Amino acid sequence: MIHARGLGRRFGEKRVLNGIDLDVDAGEFLLVTGPNGSGKTTLLRLFAGLIVPTGGELEVRTDRARIGFLGHEPLVYRELTPLENLDLYGRLYRIPERRERIGMLLERFGLWEARREQTAALSRGMLQRLALCRTLLHEPELLLCDEPFSALDAAGADLLLDELSRRNARRTIVVSSHQPERLADRPTRLLSLAPG
Amino acid sequence: MSGYFSDVAALARKDLVVELRSRDTVPAMLLFVVGALVVFHFALAEDSSRLAAAGMLWIALLFTALLALVRAFVAERDEAVIDGLLLAPCDRSAIWLGKTLSVFAFLALAEAVALPAFALFYDPVSWELIAGVALANVGIATVGTLLGAMAAAARARELLLPLLFMPLAIPIVVGGVGATLADDPARYLGFLALYDVIFAILSWASFEYVVTE
Repeated sequence: MIHARGLGRRFGEKRVLNGIDLDVDAGEFLLVTGPNGSGKTTLLRLFAGLIVPTGGELEVRTDRARIGFLGHEPLVYRELTPLENLDLYGRLYRIPERRERIGMLLERFGLWEARREQTAALSRGMLQRLALCRTLLHEPELLLCDEPFSALDAAGADLLLDELSRRNARRTIVVSSHQPERLADRPTRLLSLAPG
Repeated sequence: MSGYFSDVAALARKDLVVELRSRDTVPAMLLFVVGALVVFHFALAEDSSRLAAAGMLWIALLFTALLALVRAFVAERDEAVIDGLLLAPCDRSAIWLGKTLSVFAFLALAEAVALPAFALFYDPVSWELIAGVALANVGIATVGTLLGAMAAAARARELLLPLLFMPLAIPIVVGGVGATLADDPARYLGFLALYDVIFAILSWASFEYVVTE
């Protein structure tokens, strides 16, 4: 699914990633750890295709439509409601039976009651749940989660862990986290990054 | 193709709903354009020609458009929503076209107020002026949205956008003023239409390269 050789990324003069060699097969669960500034977020953004490498080679063998990316920002419009935000993404991803899928996700992540509230009024934890709904809406083959537990309460974290347990041959998962112990024995592969 | 236009419609509709709820852009545009016309009214001498009045109108419309363009990608930039849109499998030019349509709608709203105000303070509004404004809107929205996306990625975006936009807006002003005042307005309207077609194609084709690394 992911093949990287000598992968590097600079921002101006600052080298954030250097010489990453990595192979992740379909269905694997990769845990990325490392201190702040070690390039975890950059690595996931590279995998998502949001930025391009400045060194080495990277091949992600899946279509853009099959990538789910949960980043630091929820990537939703604050002026729209959760329902409207998910409907917009549902249309762009051309999800069949969009309304049913959105309703199911909102129910599952405890946002059904807040579905018609403006997103700006949601708490940080609720926003993270909405971001999870957005990420999972199109049932991605490659799920990229950058510090996914941030802002989630215990119930939200359990829902996320349940989702991350649904790894199968069709879903590859990459998670960066400062709390690897929360993932228990789910990861099948570990990448530990050092600054620079 | 219908999927492309349904993406465009969904994206444009989203911008209109966001503006309807936030009311960040259009009220400011309306106040600015009316305020500018009032100021120009008092700045111009009593016996000023209609040439000067028409020039003032086009200056007011151009600066009003800048307000819309500076704010066009605020939500996408501040909340990083552009990443979500770029990850979606839609054609990236649909993002540009959806935004262009919403900018066009905001400009049309501002002009629906500006033109009657112009008629009140200066000259009657001719059909040539209305046609010129409509064609200029297309050019401003197409070029301005592309430049707005470019500027949104920069730190000094509020300064960068006018610097990028003004040189490209000179033909719009030439065409607009010509259509308003010349004896042969059709020539200038044709010039504006040609500008619109060329820059719409260029903007449509280059948007993907502007928003991706």
